[in-house]
Amino acid sequence: MGPLVPFIISEEFSLLLAFFLGIGFGFVLEQAGFSTTKKLVGLFYGYDFTVLRVFFTAGITAMAGVLFLGHYGLLDLNVIYVNPTFFNSALIGGAVMGAGFIIGGFCPGTSVCAVAVGKLDALAFIIGAILGVFAFTETFPLIENMYYANDLGQVRISDYLGMSDILFGFLLAFMAIGAFVATWYIENKVNKRPNSIAVSLRNRYAMATAGLLFILSVVAFLPGKTDIINMRIAEAKRQQSCVFKEISADKLANEIVSHHYTMNIIDVRSPEEYEEYHIPLAINIPFDRIMERQYAALFKQNMRINIFYADHDTLVRMACLKAKYIGRSENYILRESAQEFKRMFSGIEPPPENPTKAQLDVFHFRQVTALKMLDLVSSLKNINAPPKPKAIEIKGGC
Amino acid sequence: MKTTTHLKPKPYMNPYLAGFLLGLVLLATIYITGRGLGASGAFKSVVMASVETLAPAHAENKAYYAEFRQQNPEGPWKNFLVFEILGVLVGAFFSGVLANRVSLKLEKGPHVTNAVRIIAAIAGGALFGYGSQLGRGCTSGSALSGMAVLSLGGILTMLAIFGAAYFLAYFFRKLWLK
Repeated sequence: MGPLVPFIISEEFSLLLAFFLGIGFGFVLEQAGFSTTKKLVGLFYGYDFTVLRVFFTAGITAMAGVLFLGHYGLLDLNVIYVNPTFFNSALIGGAVMGAGFIIGGFCPGTSVCAVAVGKLDALAFIIGAILGVFAFTETFPLIENMYYANDLGQVRISDYLGMSDILFGFLLAFMAIGAFVATWYIENKVNKRPNSIAVSLRNRYAMATAGLLFILSVVAFLPGKTDIINMRIAEAKRQQSCVFKEISADKLANEIVSHHYTMNIIDVRSPEEYEEYHIPLAINIPFDRIMERQYAALFKQNMRINIFYADHDTLVRMACLKAKYIGRSENYILRESAQEFKRMFSGIEPPPENPTKAQLDVFHFRQVTALKMLDLVSSLKNINAPPKPKAIEIKGGC
Repeated sequence: MKTTTHLKPKPYMNPYLAGFLLGLVLLATIYITGRGLGASGAFKSVVMASVETLAPAHAENKAYYAEFRQQNPEGPWKNFLVFEILGVLVGAFFSGVLANRVSLKLEKGPHVTNAVRIIAAIAGGALFGYGSQLGRGCTSGSALSGMAVLSLGGILTMLAIFGAAYFLAYFFRKLWLK
């Protein structure tokens, strides 16, 4: 599951990969004609829309790919870097860059390309760009307020507009295709060319468009990986046919006291319910978040057993099924609910009058075990605090 | 008989095909590293490294340098974008050689002197460099990569870049047109 860095590939090795990805980047930019200002500024005078075509096609391709990989669980969309949005600086910075584009004729990436094929004006542009970055770092205190103003965080445009990612994906795709058609007419008009296109080329474009819409439709209408898993675990039949290993509350309490380190006790209720009461040494993974990558290690290891509990039988069974889909850990479910466990070990009911020996034994056992668990919790407070999974943040941008 | 010392440059790739390939490179980058491509970040590394070498005391005191050091604890050179841009140089050169496009050349509009072109390139570069820091990324890092992950900021920056360039194109037409 992507991204591979830093989970599978180390940061160090990623630098080497960066070099090879850069080769691909530079090669394609140069092949597209981005190493000459004639092509680049042609966009702004209407005689050559290559930049728009390459740029939009690349953006749409990558976007469709990201959505597709995310849909089938091959790429974790929660982890990938989404450029943060600072409203003011995004717009003002963009406008300043636009001025630089039309005056200098390049943007940073294309200027590097152009220098590689010997363009001296690109070298001047790069020197200018380095001076510009230097000017920014030096004047930073003056514009600091504007730089941080209107911080919306790492927001996706689809969230901002209140629509799904895939709906916006379709919108962007249609906008791009519309722009391709419109600019083709404009370009022909400016260059006084007839509006004709070879049949074979036209067919190829039609196929490419169909391919794009197919990919987007798959994401939009076919169930993705999480949908499939959710559907399966929600099937009552599956819950009944699957044999769950159960553990009783008394046994669990005894296990906690005697060897707590051989198990993970996982509370799949909401964080609020967890805060209110949880079984000693339990960690909280809300049901909706079990599939998140940060917890995957718990369900893939076989050093410790996992014991799930909740307040409802169905929820805990579904959680256990989810865990089974993720990995091969040994999973148990607690027969009693969290509330029952609480009653058994927190507000222990005294035995009835004239108790039988068994009732007395249970009472004593629970009383002693409850105390031992309290001791254990206080002694492990620091070393065995529920491990807060480290949220991995990927840095990016320029 | 005519000897061909100058090979004719080959035509450019079909823009949609080039865009598709570029999209795949970008997708591979996101899949492998979780982040998109970039360019101006490498320029930033150059600036940071220069200042740290030439005026270390100065770099100590300024907030922006301190922030950069915090984000790049292993120094300005050990950075994804620096290695990527080195790759861009190699890849573009390779493409240029294959297509017979490598030659030392100052490209400019038909009515522009060399001096004007150089000054405009430096000025434009400076504006782009400044803007890329303000906008947290350039056409590659913010606009293109931002579009791929549907970042609001990236798409806004893209609109601002192209909007401003279109708006200003008329005023700078003498730099480029006949």
